[in-house]
Amino acid sequence: MASVSATIQDVFNEPGCGKNANKSEAERKKGCTKQLQPGGAAGGCAFDGAKIALQPLTDVAHLIHGPIACEGNSWDNRGAKSSGSTIWRTGFTTDINETDVVFGGEKRLYKAIREIIEKYDPPAVFVYQTCVPAMIGDDINAVCKAAKEKFGKPVIPVNSPGFVGPKNLGNKLAGEALLEHVIGTEEPEYTTPYDLNIIGEYNLAGELWQIKPLFDELGIRIFASISGDGRYKEVAYSHRAKAAMMVCSKAMINVARKMEERYGIPFFEGSFYGIEDSSESLREIARLLIARGAPADLMARTEAVIAREEAKAYAAIETYKPRFKGKKVLLITGGVKSWSVVAALQEAGLELVGTSVKKSTKEDKERIKELMGQDAHMIEDMTPREMYKMLKDAKADIMLSGGRSQFIALKAAMPWLDINQERHHAYMGYVGMVKLVAEIDKALYNPVWAQVRKAAPWDLPGETWQAKAMAQMDAEAAALAADPAAAEAARRAKKICHCKSVDLGTIEDAVRAQTLTDVAGVRSQTGASGGCGACSERIADVLAAAHVPAAPILQAAE
Amino acid sequence: MAIVTLGKKACAVNPLKMSQPIGGALAFMGLRGAMPLLHGSQGCTSFGLVLFVRHFKEAIPLQTTAMSEVATVLGGYDNVEQAILNIHKRTNPEIIGICSTGVTETKGDDVEGYIRQIRKAHPHLADLPLVYVSTPDFKDAFQDGWEKTVARLVEVLVETPRSAARRDPKRVNLLPGCHLTPGDIEELRTIFDDFGLEASILPDLGGSLDGHIPAEFTPTTIGGIGVEEVATMGQSAWTIAVGAQMRRAAEALEQKAGVPFRLFERLCGLAANDDFIQFLSEISGRPVPLKYRRQRGQLVDAMLDAHFHIGGRKLAIGAEPDLLFDLSSMLHDMGAHVEVAVTTTQSPVLARVEAAEVLIGDLEDLERRAKDRGCDLLVTHSHGRQAAGRLRIPFYRTGMPMFDRLGAGHQLQVGYRGTRDTIFTIANLIIADHEAHHEATPDTWRPKAEGGTPAMH
Repeated sequence: MASVSATIQDVFNEPGCGKNANKSEAERKKGCTKQLQPGGAAGGCAFDGAKIALQPLTDVAHLIHGPIACEGNSWDNRGAKSSGSTIWRTGFTTDINETDVVFGGEKRLYKAIREIIEKYDPPAVFVYQTCVPAMIGDDINAVCKAAKEKFGKPVIPVNSPGFVGPKNLGNKLAGEALLEHVIGTEEPEYTTPYDLNIIGEYNLAGELWQIKPLFDELGIRIFASISGDGRYKEVAYSHRAKAAMMVCSKAMINVARKMEERYGIPFFEGSFYGIEDSSESLREIARLLIARGAPADLMARTEAVIAREEAKAYAAIETYKPRFKGKKVLLITGGVKSWSVVAALQEAGLELVGTSVKKSTKEDKERIKELMGQDAHMIEDMTPREMYKMLKDAKADIMLSGGRSQFIALKAAMPWLDINQERHHAYMGYVGMVKLVAEIDKALYNPVWAQVRKAAPWDLPGETWQAKAMAQMDAEAAALAADPAAAEAARRAKKICHCKSVDLGTIEDAVRAQTLTDVAGVRSQTGASGGCGACSERIADVLAAAHVPAAPILQAAE
Repeated sequence: MAIVTLGKKACAVNPLKMSQPIGGALAFMGLRGAMPLLHGSQGCTSFGLVLFVRHFKEAIPLQTTAMSEVATVLGGYDNVEQAILNIHKRTNPEIIGICSTGVTETKGDDVEGYIRQIRKAHPHLADLPLVYVSTPDFKDAFQDGWEKTVARLVEVLVETPRSAARRDPKRVNLLPGCHLTPGDIEELRTIFDDFGLEASILPDLGGSLDGHIPAEFTPTTIGGIGVEEVATMGQSAWTIAVGAQMRRAAEALEQKAGVPFRLFERLCGLAANDDFIQFLSEISGRPVPLKYRRQRGQLVDAMLDAHFHIGGRKLAIGAEPDLLFDLSSMLHDMGAHVEVAVTTTQSPVLARVEAAEVLIGDLEDLERRAKDRGCDLLVTHSHGRQAAGRLRIPFYRTGMPMFDRLGAGHQLQVGYRGTRDTIFTIANLIIADHEAHHEATPDTWRPKAEGGTPAMH
């Protein structure tokens, strides 16, 4: 059984990961051990990531071994949906106390597993390790093994304590737990040439069910879903599928790739966000299944369904086009949705004024550039204040983002739509796209905006908080414009590398003084990109700007 | 008079309890310009952050020392130092409040020692208050974290006045427990105003998390009591503490500045508010304003109208001790029977809950007992929604978290008016449940084959 650190090393070597491909051997070894910045970090831990990835398995009891914080503060707060069992929404935790910390929590964990099996009898129990029991040396692998033997039921250790890294590492460690302990451990009753695994889709708001009727119509069987509305047994026999689709960009690439390697299941990376993407994905599924023995007529039937669904969706969206004319959307999101939603919104005639690519990998960005042409205005790490100003300057009519930034938009009295995990609406496939467009229309044309933007009758013009905030920011901008030295200082102070806290000026000086030409050179001179490596892109831009004397300052400032 | 028992299960199922560091963090959020900081892994902060965002529907300031596995083993001095420097540089807060977590308490980080070292190494932080509270996750609960933090704020920030004779008779301190919402605090502020009393409220979530639109976007809290005002709380004539959890802070204030205190364990219910209003009338030297005489009458009338519906109900309630005591007592006063009471942590009020037993347990205990004893009214936070669905009984949401309904910050349960509205809300839930599930049919009273008649409410 591999240790946590060995598993992490293995995950860091993932050849399917775009970020990894850009790294040297030594860097890869260091992996994504990004030093998070104390006092400046946001986002979940590895345990959070592991639970997000596995909790949608609906008939499994998910037991969190740790103090109350890990489960008590966060249970039953995901938007995934189940068509059957509800046990996945039950919060199980050992809620360890001081005595356990002193004497070890293994006995309590073992008893907890027994209690769950006796009371709830689930097909499997997943045990999640957290920081405190990891520190005191609780061996969850051994406890799970003993419990499995004693109770004759799969008890799966998920070794992803929070402090080993961020959420996306946890996604992958969760995948490793499935690969090591679940996948390939059972056999299906029967197989068909139409058996498809779906990997990395969590069935948020039930959106998988927006696609499933099309699969059913085509005779395609969702053989195993990892993990949205999934069942333990399905995952256990998922190695007998004919093909796989990997949905959420990079979250579980290790699962898809290793299943291809071990069991010869070909996979592709696709999306059901947006009309074109949905059609492309359906075609790809048909192609893979036919290559694995499905009847060739599947492609013709798929094309017929695509033609029908596209026509229906475009007709529905067409009615919104006049209402969306000239409307601009600010999209703040990470990962896969950055590029697939862009295409979808453009289909509806909306103009995009920016898209955040905080979590996206290089490939994603290339796709955005392709979709949006050379004018792609990518906004990285926009501060709340800048975001507010952008909205306020009416460069955008609506903002689409995850839950966190919603209050900035709403307090600025700007239409806003949730497109992340906690949302209530399903936006997948053809019907989902029409739904998204309808929701945007509903938000844009709600009469509430005119009312909430109006000042109170007793507010003097220029005295409202909005006016004051704008005036303040304009004054700051004017002060910078009047003082070229200050403007230059502000430009140079822009953080390029957040991990190592390196600003633009430092990098420009190093590039100039040492005539550096590549990212590796900048790294060795300034330390920039020595952390998570996400800023290599920005450094490449600085390098490019430095070697194009025509308008280097403008480009860099962008 | 209840016996307090501790659950014996190895596995908590459907937790009622939340951890104490985030209780501490919430207390810090009642200060102006505050940045609460959890000393732990980034998940400790992110879970708490998401919980508060979903409860208040507001942007929430909460930072992390982002402890990695290696840092945890070696000790967190560097992380605490960097976090404080970064927060100071990026957000320029008026105070940083630090709570430990399970991770850093297991290692045994000496954060008070770190702070002394940081102060020595960085003299430019001399004027920035850094308040630390020890709040390991593997002990106690949310309410305890709040209790310890407010007491610590008093100990660190309140100044001892030079002369007790200079005490301001018009000034009072309010120390609200964590079971009071921003709406409750606003209500109490209004009541104090109406008696001509000027209240310093610590912590003042009514100023920071009431959902107002800020004049400026700051990454720290957008309201609440200022550090300089906390410093002068020793000059007040009285301290009014609400909830038994606030005794510790009230005693600390008395010890430090000699301010006498009066503890109100309850502010929901007729008698409790009579005591409260009478006390305000005495210390302010003013007769009770007409407004409150009228409100008292309205509450009495509401009790008369609603007792038909609430009377005889079998209540299953799960809440932190002070909220449990206050609400279950009020419903008991309305004729309900407290059949099942589950809470999160020890408290002196538990023995006085009007039930045979109070269990320190979880929502599985609450649900199973409610089912066994045929309870027909469920009161707990939003996580009770699954149990309510299975039990098919009326469900009143109260406490934290409330993530699946709007207006959690404005739910009003204190004062004559708050009690009146709470009674109406609960009675209406019972009426709606009756209409949906218990209307009479020709078979309602017909004996079943096995005998027995179905329950009819």
